[in-house]
Amino acid sequence: MYQFDYHRPANLKEAAELLTKCDEAKILAGGQTLIPTLKQRLAMPSDLIDLGALKELSFIKAEGDAIMIGAATPHADVAVNADVRKHLPSLAKLAEGIGDPAVRHKGTIGGSLANNDPSADYPAAVLALDAKIHTTKRLIEADEFFKGMFETALGEDEIITEITFPHPKRAAYVKFPNPASRYAMVGVFVAETPMGIRVAVTGAGQEGVFRVKEMEDALAKDWSADAISGIKVPAENMLSDLHGDAEYRAHLVTVIAKRAVAAAI
Amino acid sequence: MSEWGIGKPVRRREDDRFIRGRGQYTDDINRPNQTHAVFVRSPHAHALIRSIDLEEANAAPGVLAILTGKDVAEDGLAGLICGWTVHSKDGSEMKAGGHPILAAEKVRYVGDHVVLVLAETKAQALAAADLVLVDYEPLPAVSLKNSTEPGSAQVHDEAPGNLCFEWELGDKAATEDAFSKAARTVSIDLANNRLVPNAMEPRAAIGDYDAGRDEYTLWTTSQNPHVARLVLSAFVGVAPEHKLRVIAPDVGGGFGSKIFIYPEETACAWASKKIGRPIKWTADRSEAFLADAHGRDHLSHAELALDEDGKFLGLKVKTKANLGAYLSTFSAAVPTYLYGTLLSGQYDIPAIYVEVDGVYTTTSPVDAYRGAGRPEATYIVERIVETAARETGFDPAEMRRMNFVKTFPHQTPVIMNYDIGDFEASLDKALEVADYAGFPDRKEEAAKRGKLRGIGFSTYIEACGIAPSAAVGSLGAGVGLWESAEVQVAPTGKIEVFTGSHSHGQGHETTFAQLVSERTGLPLEDIEIIHGDTGRVQFGMGTYGSRSGAVGMSAIFKAIDKVEAKARKIAAQLMEAAEDDVVLENGAFTVKGTDKSLSWPEVTLAAYTGHGFDTAEIEPGLKESAFYDPLNFTFPAGCHICEVEIDPETGVTEIVNFTAIDDFGTIINPMIVEGQVHGGLVQGIGQALYEHGIYDEESGQLMTGSFMDYCMPRADNFPGFKLGFTPTVCPSNPMGMKGCGEAGAIGSPPAVINAITDALGIKDIPMPATPARVWAAIQNSATPKAA
Repeated sequence: MYQFDYHRPANLKEAAELLTKCDEAKILAGGQTLIPTLKQRLAMPSDLIDLGALKELSFIKAEGDAIMIGAATPHADVAVNADVRKHLPSLAKLAEGIGDPAVRHKGTIGGSLANNDPSADYPAAVLALDAKIHTTKRLIEADEFFKGMFETALGEDEIITEITFPHPKRAAYVKFPNPASRYAMVGVFVAETPMGIRVAVTGAGQEGVFRVKEMEDALAKDWSADAISGIKVPAENMLSDLHGDAEYRAHLVTVIAKRAVAAAI
Repeated sequence: MSEWGIGKPVRRREDDRFIRGRGQYTDDINRPNQTHAVFVRSPHAHALIRSIDLEEANAAPGVLAILTGKDVAEDGLAGLICGWTVHSKDGSEMKAGGHPILAAEKVRYVGDHVVLVLAETKAQALAAADLVLVDYEPLPAVSLKNSTEPGSAQVHDEAPGNLCFEWELGDKAATEDAFSKAARTVSIDLANNRLVPNAMEPRAAIGDYDAGRDEYTLWTTSQNPHVARLVLSAFVGVAPEHKLRVIAPDVGGGFGSKIFIYPEETACAWASKKIGRPIKWTADRSEAFLADAHGRDHLSHAELALDEDGKFLGLKVKTKANLGAYLSTFSAAVPTYLYGTLLSGQYDIPAIYVEVDGVYTTTSPVDAYRGAGRPEATYIVERIVETAARETGFDPAEMRRMNFVKTFPHQTPVIMNYDIGDFEASLDKALEVADYAGFPDRKEEAAKRGKLRGIGFSTYIEACGIAPSAAVGSLGAGVGLWESAEVQVAPTGKIEVFTGSHSHGQGHETTFAQLVSERTGLPLEDIEIIHGDTGRVQFGMGTYGSRSGAVGMSAIFKAIDKVEAKARKIAAQLMEAAEDDVVLENGAFTVKGTDKSLSWPEVTLAAYTGHGFDTAEIEPGLKESAFYDPLNFTFPAGCHICEVEIDPETGVTEIVNFTAIDDFGTIINPMIVEGQVHGGLVQGIGQALYEHGIYDEESGQLMTGSFMDYCMPRADNFPGFKLGFTPTVCPSNPMGMKGCGEAGAIGSPPAVINAITDALGIKDIPMPATPARVWAAIQNSATPKAA
């Protein structure tokens, strides 16, 4: 780890000010990606702004037909929350399947979304459920938020504060884990919400999470695994690595999407 | 028999401290005034070192010294050695390239050691290491595939064409003759994938030079501290043997990787005198991936000759074995004498001929890893036998049975003399436990669920208890492979056993004590097992090759014989009885046919007071030592049956049933043996399904250098294993033990791959059979998808 200055702001305002003031600051949310990166000396921030003391960002609220989750809410809280389990069981299941217990108790939803790792689970949920991302500056639609691998619409001085999810009519997330890391090699979130049907895929695409419009259209006509069994995403947009080439990933997207449709409740 | 004696599933005594975090591993130890070491490693697979600029690094805060290969040479240290010399077909000695502590002229793999940075703190050492400027002139990488191609870069000038040796074993003419008479032959090309050991505790060392006494102490993660001391003194020249103490405290797993003498530990000991302060180094996981010796990595072609009835007539094998960039401590023995000698398997094969080309590549050194040579041999034999059964239409179990060795002793054409076994017994029990007869129904039922179900066998044999010193000496070993023990009885009767068998997960503190309890009748709490310290234990050849039971415990057994004999003499005089009439039973000496009795402590106390017996005839005290040299290898054997279900949509293989019926001879502690089998199976199935050390062909970079890409097996990858034992008592050691530590890793890989190829109806799939590979195989095969 290289040297950096450590800050633990008491509130969001202070955090935002520090972020503006510091030169090459990094926000420390759950630290499940950032800390290993620092330990391997792959990042050299000037300052670390730890959001750990910001209780105002750690909450889960059910209001009307929406669920609001604070950005600093750990995955383990999402997994066991009664409102999430009732209205968004697919999201609870997704949270329950992230990493291991240590990761789930430290890692946060806001940290995961801001990092936008191409194999992270949450981006698939946010995109498929058409969730809203609230920041210190504005509200960002899911479709506008994800800008490719490790890239988001967040500005330099912007902090995610809350994510608002609608109650879907039905939804499911199925993950095909990378055998080694157990990150999603292909993770598909399918959802039918009041705004429509969405299919979001994480882990497989070169540009990070993406939607499969063709599957969405097919499911709108016929919500069944069979309806999408003939739809294949183009292999040339898929990641290719030691664990599976693009052809395999493209194939898996269809297989896992079918399983997600079949599992949707 | 005591309640803690042989055959009892006594709980592991050492686990209390391990589970409570009270173990003392090397990194837990801190010496006063300790400093920290960081190694600057090569980022290139292969490069010349043009220059090293230390100016900036030397000026960094906290830096105490920065040392290079030049400093090593100035102090007259030699490089590391390979303790086994093999010869090529033409009689020439293997071509050993130099193995420097710190590379001075050339680096030969990514992770090779170039500069040692010593600083007050680890953070300071890391920061200074970043400032070391090494100017490299990159050279082409050398892989297993391209190593012997014309025009390939040379790893060592001493070894033209990167060939270290071209070894052979067996009768070539007789084998050719057998093939010429064959009704049919079967051939297969197989790759044995490279594995990274990944012991839970990474390697670590503390070198501590005491200027007052001119003595060195090295705490290190070693499976064999005495061998480390011997190599560091006699060959590397760090210090004379009596001025170097090597301590291997609690060690968290080794699987072979901690047998070897590495540059880091050596450098810590050497440099501690240079800076006059203790030096600690602990590998991080990335360093462990790069610079621990790896395992396996063979490419082979094998052919089996059969007569018209399916009897085996001959076996031919040609193997290219990756030795890595340098010869590690035992590396030359692994793909030769630990490999070729097991190619007869459980079968009566009249003629066998094997050729092995050992080649240098620009990868981490390859050496013994759980099984060491025997998994590679078993993989060849059990894959080609299964293939033969399929191609000739025999049931795979019955083809094996027909060709089993059935009378003992049996001399194979490849050195080994099998002393005892009952291969049909383990096969029959495995067929029953695995419900082989019910497999067709299960396959049909699985097909209804859209799954492809397959079954695969492996009837393995291996050689443990290495080994008779004269035998291994004649084959090129630089050391004898006996073991030593001292049994020291205190005046109060408590017993301390000093053993040369190091324990790094095997449970010796329990099983060895069980033997002592069995012999003396004392409870376990009265018995202490001491190992891993050259300052306390007289000598030891260490723990590997599943030898600590068959060899290490036999040494203890012999030492107890001597203690008992002396104690009986003393007891006889104390009780004024004839020595022959005195027996030791349940912790007391009694005189046959009388009610005379003395407790164990009464006799041991007398041994130290010197009262009541003639000290002119019997020396006072009660401490005996023994060096036990085994009479033969031991031959654990067994039958593994693996049943898999494959999801044809994703290519995911699930092990749905795994049966392992083993013959380990006498079992001291069945619970610990089952644990050893579980661990071995997980590593063997891990090789078959998950693990793969991959270097990029072009750049020579390790592509699987972390757990993000190197797939370590996890508990949820496995079903409950079905284990069983069909022991035959080994005649070549006093307790009849054979060894159990490696069998799981040796027997299981071919069973898994045989099951997968059965499910898919294909001849071969490379290990590890990852989902992507299985799916691709399904796409490429003509097998109709289930449902």
